[in-house]
Amino acid sequence: MAKLLPRKDVVIMGLGWTGSILGQELTAAGLDVLAIERGPWRDTANDFNIGYMPDELRYAIRKDLFLKPADEAMTMRNNVSQTALPMRDYGSFLPGAGVGGAGVHWNGQCWRYDPSDFIAKSHLTQRYGARKIAELQLQDWGVTFDEIEHCYDRYEYLCGTSGKAGVIKGQVQQGGNPFEGSRSREYPNPPLKRPYCASLFEEAARNLGLHPFPTPAANLSRPYVNPLGVAMGECTYCGYCERFGCANYSKSTPQTTILPVLIRKRNFEVRTECEVMKINLHPDGKTAKSVTYLDEKGVECEQPGDLILLCGYGLMNVRMLFLSGIGKPYDPKTGQGTLGRNYCYQTGGGGATLYFDDKRFNPFMGAGALISSAHDFNGDNFDHAHLDFVGGASISSGQTNGRPISGRPTPPGTPRWGSQWKAATAATYGHVMSIGGSGSSYAIRGNYLDLDPTYTDRHGRPLLRITFDFPDNDIRMQNWVGAQVEKIARSLNPKILTTGKASKGWNAVPYQSTHNTGGAVMGADPKTSVVNRYLQSWDVSNLFVLGASAFPQNAAVNPTGTVCALAYWAAEAIRDRYIKSPGALVPA
Amino acid sequence: MVGVAVMLAAPAFAAPDPARIEAGRYQAILADCIGCHTAPGGKAFAGGVLLDTPFGKLATPNITPDKATGLGNWSAADFRAAVKTGMAPGGRRLYPAMPYPAYARISDADLNDLWAYLQSLAPVRNPVNVNQLAFPFNIRGLMAGWNWLYFKTAAIQPQPGKSAAFSRGEYLVNGPGHCGACHTPKNLFGADTAAALTGSALQGWFAPDITAAPRRGIGGWHVSEVVTYLKTGHNSHAMATGPMAEVIENSTALMRDADLAAIATYLTALPGDGAAPAPLSAGDARMKEGALVYDSNCRGCHNSGGGGQSLIFPPLAANPVVQQQSADSLIRVVLAGTQSAQTARAPTAAAMPSFAWRLNDVEVAAVLTYIRNAWGNAAAPVSPDAVTKTRRSMPRH
Repeated sequence: MAKLLPRKDVVIMGLGWTGSILGQELTAAGLDVLAIERGPWRDTANDFNIGYMPDELRYAIRKDLFLKPADEAMTMRNNVSQTALPMRDYGSFLPGAGVGGAGVHWNGQCWRYDPSDFIAKSHLTQRYGARKIAELQLQDWGVTFDEIEHCYDRYEYLCGTSGKAGVIKGQVQQGGNPFEGSRSREYPNPPLKRPYCASLFEEAARNLGLHPFPTPAANLSRPYVNPLGVAMGECTYCGYCERFGCANYSKSTPQTTILPVLIRKRNFEVRTECEVMKINLHPDGKTAKSVTYLDEKGVECEQPGDLILLCGYGLMNVRMLFLSGIGKPYDPKTGQGTLGRNYCYQTGGGGATLYFDDKRFNPFMGAGALISSAHDFNGDNFDHAHLDFVGGASISSGQTNGRPISGRPTPPGTPRWGSQWKAATAATYGHVMSIGGSGSSYAIRGNYLDLDPTYTDRHGRPLLRITFDFPDNDIRMQNWVGAQVEKIARSLNPKILTTGKASKGWNAVPYQSTHNTGGAVMGADPKTSVVNRYLQSWDVSNLFVLGASAFPQNAAVNPTGTVCALAYWAAEAIRDRYIKSPGALVPA
Repeated sequence: MVGVAVMLAAPAFAAPDPARIEAGRYQAILADCIGCHTAPGGKAFAGGVLLDTPFGKLATPNITPDKATGLGNWSAADFRAAVKTGMAPGGRRLYPAMPYPAYARISDADLNDLWAYLQSLAPVRNPVNVNQLAFPFNIRGLMAGWNWLYFKTAAIQPQPGKSAAFSRGEYLVNGPGHCGACHTPKNLFGADTAAALTGSALQGWFAPDITAAPRRGIGGWHVSEVVTYLKTGHNSHAMATGPMAEVIENSTALMRDADLAAIATYLTALPGDGAAPAPLSAGDARMKEGALVYDSNCRGCHNSGGGGQSLIFPPLAANPVVQQQSADSLIRVVLAGTQSAQTARAPTAAAMPSFAWRLNDVEVAAVLTYIRNAWGNAAAPVSPDAVTKTRRSMPRH
């Protein structure tokens, strides 16, 4: 029998980016908010010590800050004809754990999606006809770029994002991304200093008629105090962003932007090391009553709440809905059902590595988003009429790190160990740059999420099963963009140039990207979406599901900016409409 | 109604006026009662804070109105006598860790308000073994002699020709604020010396000079910068950490702006000693080693040039805390780490980690010698022995 606890106005599951944003917004609206977090409390002062944070073995190789498979594993397969097996170690993607979630260890590439991304299906249908996208299961988001522009703005100012606007109030700005949606104002901080590789890339791209610009970075180019009064320091370009907490208060994370304020509030409480087991519904099945969780001592507790916010990592949100019996499971055979639908990822491959004798890049100086990009071949910024794909990629070059264990490029043909390898790493270090393409990932009928029929977690609950392979459309897209990358790379006359190709057969072992999207997607039609345009469950009106699980398909660039913009968007709807009149914000 | 009448009749006085309770709450802020009478994680005003005095350990008493363990059986007159003369009911003498020599200046009316406020709190049962001193200091009667020697209760008259703000500031600093309890050097018997507010050792820290001394004090600070510091814990010169961070969080950040301006007016008008040693030359071996340690451990946050970063990493150049006669606070911060004050206006509370595991005593001494003599700073070098001594005094992690 679970211990019944006093009710709260709001119960948040997961205290990462979205949980922190909702916590801040709803406590500001006067509600009594509880956050339940599976992992430990983490703050800069205690957990991201400048003395030991730059420990590549502990944090990057042994993945100290990440979710452990023993706590929650997942199974994977490439298609329905295979039997899924559990991932015994997270490799292809690395979900976060603990307070701050994946917001602790991200690189800080703080993007907005393009206006056409939010209306992918209708836009592409209108421009190219329905046949062009027939092999895909594209959907519109139910919300437009212009509707959430101010939410992107809030997030960028919360973070102190360093960047250069490309379009302000419809006016193209010199030096920014001319393809971006029109924004209301400039970034709060100027771009980070340009590393040499990015300068070379920008010059080469410009010479080929492209429009390179500094990648918007949630790494601070100067000291900053955000609108909540929280101060951040200037990035030191130490090169320990991705997989690490920032010891310098220079990377925007829940810890460096919101939590110092939120944690002081009397109407906010966080319970860490408490694992939610399921969401309980009222007998009518249409509203949530409470959540059941195991506290830090393993005692089962029932926490009632008027409003339940699912704020975990996208994949875990989807699993929690399955485990709670909320929503109709998606069936890839019929295309019916919504829960688990439109799982997407990020398309990689097609990058170029350039080896020089006469150029020194000092790669030990870096930052997670110390990158320049060009969006001439992103999304639908170029004409696909005579191409055999839709979608595109962000082409970029930058210097995120040159760490001693993994930052050791060697030319092709070098042995993998021994004195020749040592000599080659020494000779090559500092003389290599790369140009990559991060590509869109579009939904197809066969890629989806559900519960595994065989494997269970330590509590006996089924694991999440991922059925995914890179769609043919995305492979064609990525390799076409790869050819454009190669043109840029060749123009820089490297001594050696190697290039890669995108290929079928998603492999869960090598790291690719922690940009898992979909499975509880948003939309205007309850037949094809789990949540409405405000991220409110169609089935359970006092349940909102935040995070990238809401993306109907994934755009080419990093999702965090859009995840957090949507969090502000949902918070506004709750604050301005739901609190006054609880119930469905959109009639089903 | 009968029940209410009985409740009202029980005490010998009428139910206190809410305005008086509120006024008393503010008196508790001015006097920072909570700072000493609330244990970490404990109930407010329930006592139990261990004070590490040069004479041994004292635990602060429970001042909630609990009859068994607090002040539930005291009268207002008992309270006034204890706060102003150090004499508790039954002739029990308080130790001057309770700053009654400063509190003696608080008016009876203000103390009555404070009493009304304390009486309005919920009683908390929390027995505290106050006197943990060793012989002979555990003999409370000794305080009679101490009082005879050092306790001067003469009411201080407003200094002629000074502004109302100055006079109010003088009262707040030397009366309820009891700033001298930490910042005024003590004699062998723990009593204030005449060098008021020029800095003093305190529980392993050094409470800095807060006169208008140009280098060690706050002579370079504008009145508004002193106010910002007391209000937020931060200004462009320094950040509060350690015991002062607690004072700011519990007391000064909650004071009225006019009172903060009064304190600032008074402190910035206190003449201070501007004398300083000649800085060590950059060629000094300790300075060279210190510069290396600084570049590889400190510069990322405190910057080349020691300029720090606004509201998050304090500047070291021209920071008075860095140039005190005693480097105790600096040694402690480097070895143990510290966290800056967290206030509503400056919520970040950035922290410096411990470097005890990473730097040896010679390196700590060198880097502190360096920051005390670089960028226009000047202060005595720090010896490795002083670092060793502090390191030994710290609990091992």
